[in-house]
Amino acid sequence: MSEYTQNDFKKGQPRWCPGCGDHFFLASLQKAMAEIGVAPEDTAVISGIGCSSRLPHYMATYGMNTIHGRAAAIATGCKVVNPKLSVWQVSGDGDGLAIGGNHFIHAQRRNIDLKMILLNNRIYGLTKGQYSPTSPRGFVSKSSPYGTVEDPFRPAELAFGARGHFFARAVATDAPATIEVLKAAHAHKGAAVCEILQNCVIFNNGTHDSVYDKAGRLKNAIYLRHGEKMVFGENNEKGLVQDGFGIKVVTIGEDGYTMDDVLVHDAHCEDNTLQLKLALMEGPDFPIALGVIRDVDAPTYDDAVNAQIDEIKAAKKYHNFAELLETNDIWEVK
Amino acid sequence: MSENLKIENLDSVVVRFSGDSGDGMQLAGNIFSTISATVGNSISTFPDYPADIRAPQGSLTGVSGFQVHIGAEKVYTPGDKCDVLVAMNAAALKTQYKYAKPNATIIVDTDSFKSADLQKAQFATEDYLGEMGIDPDRVIRCPLTSMVKDCLADSGMDNKSILKCRNMFALGLVCWLFDRNLEIAFNFLKDKFAKKPGVAEANIKVIQAGYDYGHNTHSSATNVYRIESKNKVKGRYMDITGNKATAYGLIAAAEKAGLRLYLGSYPITPATDILHELSKHKSLDVITVQCEDEIAGCSSAVGASFAGALAATSTSGPGICLKSEAMNLAVILELPLVVLDVQRGGPATGLPTKSEQTDLLQALYGRNGESPMPVIAALSPTDCFDAAYDACKIALEHMTPVILLTDAFLGNGSAAFKLPNLADYPAINPPYVPEDLLGKWTPYMRNEEMVRYWAVPGRKGFTHILGGLEKDDKTGAISTNPENHDLMCRKRAEKIAKIAVPDVEVLGDQDAELLIVGFGSTYGHLHAAMDEMRAAGKKVALAQFKYINPLPKNTAEVLKKFKKVVVAEQNLGQFAGYLRMKVDGFVPFQFNEVKGQPFVVSELVDAFNEIYAK
Repeated sequence: MSEYTQNDFKKGQPRWCPGCGDHFFLASLQKAMAEIGVAPEDTAVISGIGCSSRLPHYMATYGMNTIHGRAAAIATGCKVVNPKLSVWQVSGDGDGLAIGGNHFIHAQRRNIDLKMILLNNRIYGLTKGQYSPTSPRGFVSKSSPYGTVEDPFRPAELAFGARGHFFARAVATDAPATIEVLKAAHAHKGAAVCEILQNCVIFNNGTHDSVYDKAGRLKNAIYLRHGEKMVFGENNEKGLVQDGFGIKVVTIGEDGYTMDDVLVHDAHCEDNTLQLKLALMEGPDFPIALGVIRDVDAPTYDDAVNAQIDEIKAAKKYHNFAELLETNDIWEVK
Repeated sequence: MSENLKIENLDSVVVRFSGDSGDGMQLAGNIFSTISATVGNSISTFPDYPADIRAPQGSLTGVSGFQVHIGAEKVYTPGDKCDVLVAMNAAALKTQYKYAKPNATIIVDTDSFKSADLQKAQFATEDYLGEMGIDPDRVIRCPLTSMVKDCLADSGMDNKSILKCRNMFALGLVCWLFDRNLEIAFNFLKDKFAKKPGVAEANIKVIQAGYDYGHNTHSSATNVYRIESKNKVKGRYMDITGNKATAYGLIAAAEKAGLRLYLGSYPITPATDILHELSKHKSLDVITVQCEDEIAGCSSAVGASFAGALAATSTSGPGICLKSEAMNLAVILELPLVVLDVQRGGPATGLPTKSEQTDLLQALYGRNGESPMPVIAALSPTDCFDAAYDACKIALEHMTPVILLTDAFLGNGSAAFKLPNLADYPAINPPYVPEDLLGKWTPYMRNEEMVRYWAVPGRKGFTHILGGLEKDDKTGAISTNPENHDLMCRKRAEKIAKIAVPDVEVLGDQDAELLIVGFGSTYGHLHAAMDEMRAAGKKVALAQFKYINPLPKNTAEVLKKFKKVVVAEQNLGQFAGYLRMKVDGFVPFQFNEVKGQPFVVSELVDAFNEIYAK
């Protein structure tokens, strides 16, 4: 049992717009941290710049609200020198995938033990409404009055391409599932990306409408749990089955499909092929996958760096500056 | 030694080894300088290597040089021109002869001056000496390659490995010329190739053969030279490059401060050796992360600093451009950070392997907003150690990023380094937040030095947030209050201005007619120029600045004390302009050069004499 409550992680009065998805996520993060039970002083929350990057100001932990795009790099330095800290990196889609895209992929390639929160509202909110790297093609915004002519990143694809070992997704308004995802991210040792679908009420209202409320999620989303059948729908009447080289949605009991045909989710499978397919599903033909999509154990960078140091300490004969000097070719002038 | 051979005592001598990039000239030069240093000579070295990744063998662009200046008394520079030039091939002779004195001894490997070699080196005829106007009497023509092959014929080594020993033959010959004891070279090689005794043995055999060749033939040399050591400072020494000394300075400071050392870096010439060096020393708890880019190098260091390490990032000018945003973050976070700028020729990619002092204004002002940052410029390869130690001490005790300026000349150049005793170095005491402020502390509360306290994550009761947005002076919360921003800008500026730095010293004649002013790495050349002018009876002084921001308290007094002042620097006048801004009414003469090469002392003397006569 954790000795902490949500209040132990709360600080200040958030300044986001009323109805902003960030409010919901913040509350879930505070609750998740209370349940996880790491002390606030052993927790660091590090963000870049953007609306969502204000988040560390409302956490009673150690925190840094840094510069645009660099949160993952800053968090990397933090974690590698002080591996005891639980380090959470919070970015929006602009911060994490545009200006910070390089750090986003390399943190995952290295597999440093960071909890990487990606609050995806598919818009630049703080700069008042420009398209982001996750805005769909044709998206009309202040900087694309005639629609964008470029394709968006799909965060999961980027994460998997960067050899990410943990990817989960939750909807900001869906507190229980968000908390579950955050706890799973914490339990995973290594870079853990949590994509939070979050609505910007001012500049991109409705972007996640199909799954933003409970009724929508029942119809249009699937909660994935490791080891469980991949079923969804208002009465769990639908399931995902293998279809040649891909997957498809079936109604259980129709067209000859039974529960036995429905795939069981395997988040721990090293091969990410099917996990990627799940992560990239979108309406109207497919439900949006929520929950922990991939969660595979792998050596973490911070552990490896510090283990190598211990190993070399044991192997080498010099352990302080004076001894280091003696490893050189020395001569004496008498 | 044969009796009819003159042994001439010299005060100092400059030797330049030159050959193809793969000819091992740096190693030969290094061993020669180590031998010389071991007998108590003063040394200063300058490796001059090409920027080409791998130029074609024997081509003009592929020539690599290593110049070493050895002296009976203190030598300040690697020397303008050499007394002995070793040219391992035709291209080396063609490109390096300009660095030889008119009466220099030239050693050539005649086996590498065949028609094809001469063609590659763009000689028009077979008479390469005539073409270059070199007096044949000054040339030791040695069939070096064939002799090395003969010498190692029974070694069982393959041809390629045998050819790799050519540099040792040249070294042996130079050792004979300077009456050097080969034992030291032998020991050096035994150590270096401890795991490959066969290689050590082959190299030793070839050095001896080179030495014997000189001894038996006297070649065409007229003299053997001896450099006695005067004014020896007793003690234990090692050879050290500026980059290695910088790395050692960081290690020493981390140990003194009781902190983990973190380096976030990205490979860049000529700074990469700092990353290489620190990467080796994991047994000293040093963490190096080779990051995805320069930006992450600096950003991760800011994160490491927040988490309680002594954090540094190493780069050259182009990297500083990329790091400046994260450096600025450290300014407003008021976290310690050491930024190492091993300057090279710019702008943009510029001259990657060459040396300049052109990042000065970037270091001082190249960031958005009011962004004061201490700047220190190391004076010599060995001073890189003290300068790096100082940079760490200032960063940690004043909670600020600090820029240390070195350059390719210092970073790659080497000198004899008297082993420091860490106990003699000042303590480093970061301003950790005192426990009795528990419950009262806010992040921008300052001590009497105007420095905010450091609360490292993990400490109970001191959780706080820092950030790139302006903070309220009292509460530490985000503030856009105009008065508060003005106040915070002033406080950050005042904090840096209050850092105590030593006075700048006036060397030479205190009643000089001409004061030479420089900063950082030009110390050696400017000192040598002053010495030469004083030896000619002129009254000259030198003030070499190491602390650029804040400037020493006596700066204005020193600059205004002398009738004539010349500011000499390897840029188009950045330091002169800075001093003019800081010292009212100061109008110096200027000597500026941006050739990517070290100053030439004789040119300095000519220019200063002209100013002197005005």
